Amino acid sequence: MAKSIKLRAKAKDGVATVKCLISHPMETGLRKDKKSGKMIPAEFIQEVTCEHGGKTVLGAEWGSAISKNPFLSFKFSGAKSGDSIKISWVDNKGASDSLEGKIK
Amino acid sequence: MNQNRRVLLKGSLAAGAVGAAVSAGLLTPKAVMAAWSKEAFEAKDTNAALAGAMGSSDTTASDKIKLKAPDIAENGAVVPITVTSGIDGTTNMSILVANNNTPLTSSYAFGPDTEGYISTRVKMGKTSDVIAVVKAGGKLYSTRKEVKVTIGGCGG
Amino acid sequence: MKTIANVLTAACLVALPVAGQASPESDLNDFRDHFYKKFPDTPKDDFINGVYSIDPASREQWEAFEEFPSYEIYIDKGEELFNKKFANGKGFADCFPNYEKGIRQNYPYFDSGSGSIVTLEGAINKCLTDNGEKPYKWKKGNITYVSAYLASKSRGNKINIKIPNDPKAIDQYNRGKKHFYAKRGQLNMACADCHYHYAGAKIRADILSPALGHPTGFPVYRNKWAGASKKGDGMGSLHRRYGGCNKQVRAKPFKAQSDEYKALEYFHTYMSNGLEVNGPSQRK
Ligand code: HEC
Repeated sequence: MAKSIKLRAKAKDGVATVKCLISHPMETGLRKDKKSGKMIPAEFIQEVTCEHGGKTVLGAEWGSAISKNPFLSFKFSGAKSGDSIKISWVDNKGASDSLEGKIK
Repeated sequence: MNQNRRVLLKGSLAAGAVGAAVSAGLLTPKAVMAAWSKEAFEAKDTNAALAGAMGSSDTTASDKIKLKAPDIAENGAVVPITVTSGIDGTTNMSILVANNNTPLTSSYAFGPDTEGYISTRVKMGKTSDVIAVVKAGGKLYSTRKEVKVTIGGCGG
Repeated sequence: MKTIANVLTAACLVALPVAGQASPESDLNDFRDHFYKKFPDTPKDDFINGVYSIDPASREQWEAFEEFPSYEIYIDKGEELFNKKFANGKGFADCFPNYEKGIRQNYPYFDSGSGSIVTLEGAINKCLTDNGEKPYKWKKGNITYVSAYLASKSRGNKINIKIPNDPKAIDQYNRGKKHFYAKRGQLNMACADCHYHYAGAKIRADILSPALGHPTGFPVYRNKWAGASKKGDGMGSLHRRYGGCNKQVRAKPFKAQSDEYKALEYFHTYMSNGLEVNGPSQRK
């Protein structure tokens, strides 16, 4: 799961707008593969966190109704360009990834 | 506030320490799953889902919450939703799709410096109200909007 | 299928241009004028955005997707593949020395040596096989990642398809033009019925996009393709789309990268000359 997170964060007037895109199937476990006819097992991200300056600025809990290749955007204040932020996720199978990036 | 803290802590734990422990093979995935609000996400009706996610299903309609969603979804598998809470002291947010088998799509806990704003994309099985619920000062406020899901299928 | 049938009967009353008479240049002028007149509110350089250039309602949703489009994941994958050295030590950059400046706008082109059309996908696979590597599958997967990467490098460059004064090139052009205007399938409809005469009309849950600007955004990430199977990741080539459109009128699709589709792509892309490359792009 290397490099599953793409991150864009920009600060303007002290407010950071963070956008991230995660490469993940977000399978509900409720549908069949059209080709093989087999049920596709559930595989979805359950928790996403964003940390800035040692603090958690956002904690998200997701169900399988978040779309494939999830997109998430949020905003927080007290940020400036050059600050680093960290995004992490964990899915229902225990897979996880995180990425540290800089605010532009 | 307490609820907020709890989710926040849970969030950072799961993705931080627990996440690392899982990747290092120290913990089984089960330990991580325990943190996630299973009941809320598996609830079949909006009230139960809300009770699980926000501690109550008692919401007051508010026009201070802006819910941006298309009138007609191009594709029910990917419906862009943006919620902006204009209510001071917003600590949490949940986004639900009333007619989905399990209505709760996601819940968010905001840090003290985080704005009451979330933009994401959700799956919709059929035409339904999308409901945004916000918690501020321990109270719940909500707004809703109908999104039509048509069956596409044309276009190769 | 009622709506299709209605469009069909109506379409039959419209006289189609006769293929193979006018010069490509005058074809191109007529083609553009048709869409400029039909959609006077669409800025001329906006036809690259498919149906979103003529339908404000769906455009808003599309803009939300384009805010952070899923295809960016596949541009990254394409870059990785592009930079991976082949077993012989060479790489794609040896085949595409100008890739940094962008090359998408020059494909497909007529190769006078072989008398055939060279598509970007064809060139990608030729690069692989010339270097002793296995070619990619034509319609999805790796080939679309690499072409997405190459298209992303070419963004803003203007489509510049040349039709040299060579009877073989003109033949290819006319073959593609014929495919575009010829009725086919059980529904007896041409590409031109849906994407020229009836562009802007509603067909079931879709609004028909103008053919002007069609190829500029390929490869595309389609939400529909992304949901089709576990493996389907949403990415597809122009020929994958051609196949889908042939099937819609219950015609047997041609194979991706068949001479027929290559000729169609040659005509179809020539008709977008002067428009900017904006691939890869996001679609319904
Ligand atoms: C029965 C009507 C119909 C016919 C005939 C048809 N198409 Fe389509 N085509 C559609 C629909 C519907 C879509 C999806 C909506 C849109 O973008 O137009 C589509 C989409 C496309 C797209 C994607 C456009 C984009 O911006 O992503 C291309 C390219 C295309 N068609 C080419 C063709 C070609 C070439 C032919 C002839 C081989 C053809 N179509 C025949 C109905 C048709």
